[in-house]
Amino acid sequence: MNFEFPDELLQLRDQARRFLADRCPPSVPRRILDTDEPYAADLWRGIAEMGWTGAAIPEEYGGVGLGRLAVCVLAEELGRAVAPVPFSSSVYLATEAILLFGSEAQKQTWLPKLAAGEIIGTFALAERPGSSDPRKLTATVAPGRLTGTKLAVPDGDIADIAVVAVNGGSGAWLHLVDLRAAGVTRETVATFDPTRSHARIVFSGAEADPLPGSTGPETVRTVLDYAAVPMAFEQVGGAQAALDMANAYAKERFAFGRPIGSFQGIKHKLADMYIQVELARSNAYYGAWAVHTSASELPIAASVARISACEAGWFVTKENIQTHGGMGFTWQMDCHLYYRRAKLLSLALGGAREWKHRLVDELRARNTTGLEAA
Amino acid sequence: MDFDDTPDEAAFRAKVRAFLDGNAERRKPGEVEGYRRGQDTPGAMERAKDFQRRKFDAGFVGIHWPAEWGGQGGTPIQHVIYNQEEAKYDVLSGIFGIGINLAQPTICTWGTPEQRARFVKPAMRADEVWCQLFSEPGGGSDLAALRTRAERDGDAWVINGQKIWNSGAHYSDFGILVARSNPDVPKHEGLSFFILDMKTPGIEIRPIRQVSGSSHFNEVFFTDVRIPDSRRVGPVGAGWKVALTTLMNERHGMRDAPGPDVAELFRLAQEIELEDGLAIDDSAVQEKLAEFYTRSQALKFTKFRGITALSKGQTPGPESSIIKVVAANKLQDILAYGLDMIGMAGPAMGDLMPVAGIFEEALLYSPALRLAGGTDEIMKNIIAERVLGLPQDPRADKGLPFRDIPTGARK
Repeated sequence: MNFEFPDELLQLRDQARRFLADRCPPSVPRRILDTDEPYAADLWRGIAEMGWTGAAIPEEYGGVGLGRLAVCVLAEELGRAVAPVPFSSSVYLATEAILLFGSEAQKQTWLPKLAAGEIIGTFALAERPGSSDPRKLTATVAPGRLTGTKLAVPDGDIADIAVVAVNGGSGAWLHLVDLRAAGVTRETVATFDPTRSHARIVFSGAEADPLPGSTGPETVRTVLDYAAVPMAFEQVGGAQAALDMANAYAKERFAFGRPIGSFQGIKHKLADMYIQVELARSNAYYGAWAVHTSASELPIAASVARISACEAGWFVTKENIQTHGGMGFTWQMDCHLYYRRAKLLSLALGGAREWKHRLVDELRARNTTGLEAA
Repeated sequence: MDFDDTPDEAAFRAKVRAFLDGNAERRKPGEVEGYRRGQDTPGAMERAKDFQRRKFDAGFVGIHWPAEWGGQGGTPIQHVIYNQEEAKYDVLSGIFGIGINLAQPTICTWGTPEQRARFVKPAMRADEVWCQLFSEPGGGSDLAALRTRAERDGDAWVINGQKIWNSGAHYSDFGILVARSNPDVPKHEGLSFFILDMKTPGIEIRPIRQVSGSSHFNEVFFTDVRIPDSRRVGPVGAGWKVALTTLMNERHGMRDAPGPDVAELFRLAQEIELEDGLAIDDSAVQEKLAEFYTRSQALKFTKFRGITALSKGQTPGPESSIIKVVAANKLQDILAYGLDMIGMAGPAMGDLMPVAGIFEEALLYSPALRLAGGTDEIMKNIIAERVLGLPQDPRADKGLPFRDIPTGARK
């Protein structure tokens, strides 16, 4: 059994952690929070120069060819740093959709640009509050022209291209759209986490290039499955950072003449936070194994990784505020950065409720409770 | 990243399987391992001892112990592989766990060469069975508060007092005992550690009737029980340190909670009829199943992370410390949810009930799993203090001679 990242990726992780500690301290997400800048463009350029945007893209398409495990490792560090960059939209989603279902020509056109960070990609699925089940989509493509409204599209106001999910009937369900072209209207929407920009996009006859492999609604789900795994690592990274923050504060802050971390009420809370982080990390590792090997268990592994990560992210970031007491509720402390981001990431790709149903559907379809396997 | 054995591990696993196939019955598919299920059946001890001897002869006892302890000089991962495989078979080697996994490593670490030569091999072969005499009515989580006295008399010690939560005193040949040899120093400094021959006069064993109605534990009373000084393990007054060796062996095991798990809950949901059809088709039930499944998988993969470390010759990381507390609580959550689905018929027990009544059975034994081997609260203190580095609680008894420590009315 070797249920751990290979050494070279552990080195990449250390390198990423150092890079982000230097280039993305909490003052960076704070700057995005406090200003009209939609994302940290300088950090994004640095990330592209490091080759991270091309980590999973094969060398023949201008990438570094490190594979999906590398993206998982980087995602954890970006989550820890609450990095205000469109990495998940561009790398886990747009790049992944093109890799999975794009034509050779589409790959040659777009992947080198995505790898170099020259363009930002995103993925437009949800149309309204409620389920993001692709079978319920109303956006459509009539010969080559896309019509519909998407809300909210992460990084939709800063992205150059989007992979847009539509009700494709017997045709393609995913289409590449140049967001700078005619027929696309987008407006930035206010969100509870302004460190990541979102947009409402109206497509009115925008030119759409079908991804030929996306032959049904299940292919839309497959993109989400692949994205859910690095997203889980990003969530685990954020939860770990919030736990570290609570832990440090519990040692420094005195009340009733002693550190609050010596009270069992706080100790046991922190132990519960640690438990949640480790459970989520273990399931994220399972997801990493599944994306790395393109295992048939991917829908199951992605679901458990996602469900655990959403639970841990919420629990740990809210209890970090609680540990800080009144200070935790101030703008000045960083607690709210993790809290906002955790909830944001748990809604991106659909909430845990949807994934629970997906998980049980998959288990029943395989007539297994899976525990006997592996 | 993979789940595969290395070639060496695969070869070892094949050897283990060959031994088990030739010497034990495989558990039937779907058969649930209950807590101490089968231990009370007639002849269980003789069958268990017979298997243990064959296991010893085949070289599967003390797999990862050094040769000078009488072990095989193998690796921790081989030990894990053996246990993974043995769990698939209907054997009761758990009865000998105290002797082999707790008492002998403690004796080998702290004891004299004579003690090692005398006790280790008979324990490994189950020629002698061991029990543990640590907990007391007034000293459970605060084990060092124990009050059983050990008073020096010539070349022997005289023991008076009471122990509780003992497994197997009634069938054991020896026990490991911690007692207070000096009440005039702070509590951790006045303890000594002994090997007690359970046939010594003055020992009285009374079974405790548990919540479940069965009796897997005893109270043990000592009245002027004499132990030769040659049976003391470690220096006089070092009993706490010696006991910590035992406790570390008890707690470091990546122990799961036996009983109904997600597979059983799925089976139940496929059998049970609710208002609008089968439970498995109910949206709320599906969400609960997904949550439990997710937690079970997380536990499994947390163990895999520990096993990976062992496989690489490293020590498992601190994440292994969460397994017991998560597993025991998950068991109670699952059984409660299962019983709720069973509904008004739920109180009935046994084979009349779905999944062989395992949910009802677990209701009555599951509290023990959150207490034994470190309560949830102690386990969380350990995570907080040793993993997260938080300060200890201030202790009201710190530095006080044991005899001056306040005690409540309730012990």
